[in-house]
Amino acid sequence: MITGKIKQIETMGLVDGPGIRVVIFMQGCPLRCIFCHNPEMQEYDGGTKYAPQDVLRIVLKYKNYFGNQGGVTFSGGEPLAQPEFLLECLRLCKEEGINTCLDTSGVGNDKFNEKILSYVDLVILDIKALTNDKYKEMTNLSIDKNLEFLDLCQKLNKKLWLRNVIVPGINDTENYIKSLATFIKPLSNVEKVELLPYHTMGKIKYEKLNREYKLIDTLPMDPNICKDLENKLRELIKISD
Amino acid sequence: MYKEWNNFKEGIWKKEINVEDFIINNHHLYEGDESFLQGISTKTKAVWSKCQSLLEKEITSESVSIDLDNISGIDNFEPGYIDKENEVIVGLQTSEPLKRIINPYGGIRMVEEILESHSLKLDDVKKKYFNDYFKTHNQGVFDAYTKEILRAPKAALLTGLPDAYGRGRIIGDYRRIALYGIDYLIENKVKDFQTLTNSDDESIRLREEVSDQVKVLKAIKSMAAKYGFDISLPASNSREATQWLYFGYLAAVKENNGAAMSLGRTSTFLDIYFERDLENGSITEEEIQEIIDAFIIKLRLVRQLRTAEYDELFAGDPTWVTESIGGVNNNGVPLVTKTSFRYLHSLDNLGSAPEPNLTILWSEKLPDNFKKYCASMSIKTGALQYENDDLMRPLYGADYSIACCVSAMRTGKQMQFFGARCNLAKALLYTINGGVDERLNIKVIDGIEPIKDEILDYEKVLISYEKVLSKIAKTYADALNIIHYMHDKYAYEKSQMALNDTVVERLMAFGVAGLSVVTDSLSAIKYAKVKPIRNEEGLAIDFEIEGEFPNYGNDDDRVDDIAVDIVKKFYKELCNQKLYRNARHTLSILTITSNVVYGNKTGATPDGRKAGVPFAPGANPMHGRDKSGALASLNSVAKIPYKDACLDGISNTFSIVPEALGISIDERKVNLATILDGYFKQRAHHLNVNVLNKETLIDAMNHPEKYPTLTIRVSGYAVHFNRLTKKQQEEVIARTFHESL
Repeated sequence: MITGKIKQIETMGLVDGPGIRVVIFMQGCPLRCIFCHNPEMQEYDGGTKYAPQDVLRIVLKYKNYFGNQGGVTFSGGEPLAQPEFLLECLRLCKEEGINTCLDTSGVGNDKFNEKILSYVDLVILDIKALTNDKYKEMTNLSIDKNLEFLDLCQKLNKKLWLRNVIVPGINDTENYIKSLATFIKPLSNVEKVELLPYHTMGKIKYEKLNREYKLIDTLPMDPNICKDLENKLRELIKISD
Repeated sequence: MYKEWNNFKEGIWKKEINVEDFIINNHHLYEGDESFLQGISTKTKAVWSKCQSLLEKEITSESVSIDLDNISGIDNFEPGYIDKENEVIVGLQTSEPLKRIINPYGGIRMVEEILESHSLKLDDVKKKYFNDYFKTHNQGVFDAYTKEILRAPKAALLTGLPDAYGRGRIIGDYRRIALYGIDYLIENKVKDFQTLTNSDDESIRLREEVSDQVKVLKAIKSMAAKYGFDISLPASNSREATQWLYFGYLAAVKENNGAAMSLGRTSTFLDIYFERDLENGSITEEEIQEIIDAFIIKLRLVRQLRTAEYDELFAGDPTWVTESIGGVNNNGVPLVTKTSFRYLHSLDNLGSAPEPNLTILWSEKLPDNFKKYCASMSIKTGALQYENDDLMRPLYGADYSIACCVSAMRTGKQMQFFGARCNLAKALLYTINGGVDERLNIKVIDGIEPIKDEILDYEKVLISYEKVLSKIAKTYADALNIIHYMHDKYAYEKSQMALNDTVVERLMAFGVAGLSVVTDSLSAIKYAKVKPIRNEEGLAIDFEIEGEFPNYGNDDDRVDDIAVDIVKKFYKELCNQKLYRNARHTLSILTITSNVVYGNKTGATPDGRKAGVPFAPGANPMHGRDKSGALASLNSVAKIPYKDACLDGISNTFSIVPEALGISIDERKVNLATILDGYFKQRAHHLNVNVLNKETLIDAMNHPEKYPTLTIRVSGYAVHFNRLTKKQQEEVIARTFHESL
């Protein structure tokens, strides 16, 4: 019997995918993003054990609230890091006609990715950086898996929302936005792009975990400036909204 | 056949008094959006600005204006105006706006007390008359109370009993005056009288009541005549229809000082008149909105004279002019009209306010545009509450109204005996302490053995708790039977009952407070170890809890089932009691703002709540204990059974920060409407929606001048935040504000 580890279940998520969604925050992540605000979800030990059936049972309790847009979002941590469990959860949800969304960095296991994506209605893909060096600097991993996953989404015609955290002094420049636009423009099925302003609410968690916080001197990103950058990006790639 | 009915469609409403049939045959469903609505008119602006300065003065001076010359009654006051030439709808309770009426029928002692607290005095003639020659409701009740009953309010086991103020919660079908005219109503009452030929108690009482009803119908006509209107015949146009209807409501609030003086379900009824006038070209949209706004202004000015204790229980001077809007008919056709929008739009034209208590009867089948509009007005004003039409309609038909906060009744066909509420958390402490009150150290319930165990045993506590509930049910029913017997005898609501059927069904509305406290307490006893800490007298005054236990509000059946079980059990005990005038038993889970007072007067409880800490309002989970997200919290409350136990309503107050509802305004509207759809599909009954940040409330507490009209839903009604006491404000701030992760 496959089980998985879940850190937390939010019964009413309204920002992680369309409509009203149950968000499953899965435990464990291979990346170590310097701006990560959920460091307690990075390690693989921790969280609570669930069987896929349990996850389905919980999701079904909220089906009445989903309307014609909402559903379930698997987030984390990195959901792709528990591929078999994720696959089974997604399959069960799809069987019940529930809209599924995967909030991911794309860093997972090649063996399962295609199968997993066949049960996913929308991928929310987090872009950390555009070059391998920068990616490594931001996440401590190479960019390859992220790019491969994006290619696979393209091949399978998956609907995409792209997200990028904007950190002052790192990627809050118009130049970066221009390169991001160049990167996004040739992609198909991109329904939405969101630039998320870096915030410092995760800082205290690092203290509690007794871990080093690399952005200790970085101020939060001004949401209004971030919004301006986002508007510029949208104009460059011509996606309204 | 009246010429005033020209162009209305046929129906049995022409042959008998049947407003529902008139509405079903004539209403114009509107599925469009709000873009047709018009702003505030010059006349409305003139009248409303005068009112605003009066309202401001009322709050800042902290004194009330009282008419010392007259006493309550339909035709006892000279006509009053705010700004005569600009008033499209006329009529005030007394000769001046906001001037309050002395109503001695409920109890002369209270009137004298209130006047004294304002450094005023009742004149000698009235004083002598009501003390020496006339007996009041309050005196009658205390002449008949048993010793068991007297102990219960003293210990705050039962509070808010309407034994010293008007019981309210009766809705007259004010629409009948507009549709039929007073003369036709009199004619029908006279006919009814002639059919009452028996001479048993009930028949004699009813004959006397109907005779009184005929007299007051004439008094309403006379009162209207003083304002220059002859309401003998049906209204011939929409302005008249609104005015006739308002005269009916006005008579009710001149005659009675009930806690909740609700309006009923008037918007779709009036819409039929507006549509007819629009069709014949005699009115414009601006003029229609002007009439609605004028009517709403009048409803906002209704006042009653209250004691300080009353204000503590029901903060913010509420009158519960509840208006029920929306719903669908028995064929699933929405009863949403343009006038449903126009009523809500008054919140834009006049600014947000708690009254009238705008209540949306929510059905899955309501038009999407209306759902979205309601959601947007909730987000903008915080003034609306929502109740499940799909749950109530099968039980109350398609023409019911909400009285007070959550009490449904068939308009014109049912009435309610209001019964305040009983403190379920205290009842649990009585179970442990052998019926002795933990604060006053007096015996409140006889025949209960104290539980002396070191660690509380769940089964044992539960068995004894049931026994306590059964004894409380008897005392509670006795109290309400006496109260309503005396209320009918000494303070009968003639004007309201004159507008209802002669033979009405009566609902006796019991209530409970502290549901989440007792549920979590029992959960703690069941799943953790609870050790009472006893004082010298052996009373448990605090509790030590060892281990974890599930809390109500997290969609966890292990504990939610306890809540369901308690309300079912208590309702069953109540149903074993025989009620005055064969009333039907109903039960609500509703506190108004009394959750603060109740908490204040209840010792520490086995859930870890300390002595004096406020209860959660209504059926809400305790503050901060619903930790699994907003939907889990909603689902827990949705499990409380409406049809099988809580037919008088289950109040839930939901606070969410705007950002958690979505990023754009448009998303927030859609998401809120979807949440409401989902919640009510779970067969939940009621939801108050507050969309705001805790920081806003804290700022408003510290700088009230910055937020003059900040309106929030508390429990079944809305209130200007500034008019709550400090303690009540703190309780509202302590509530769970749902945020996204």
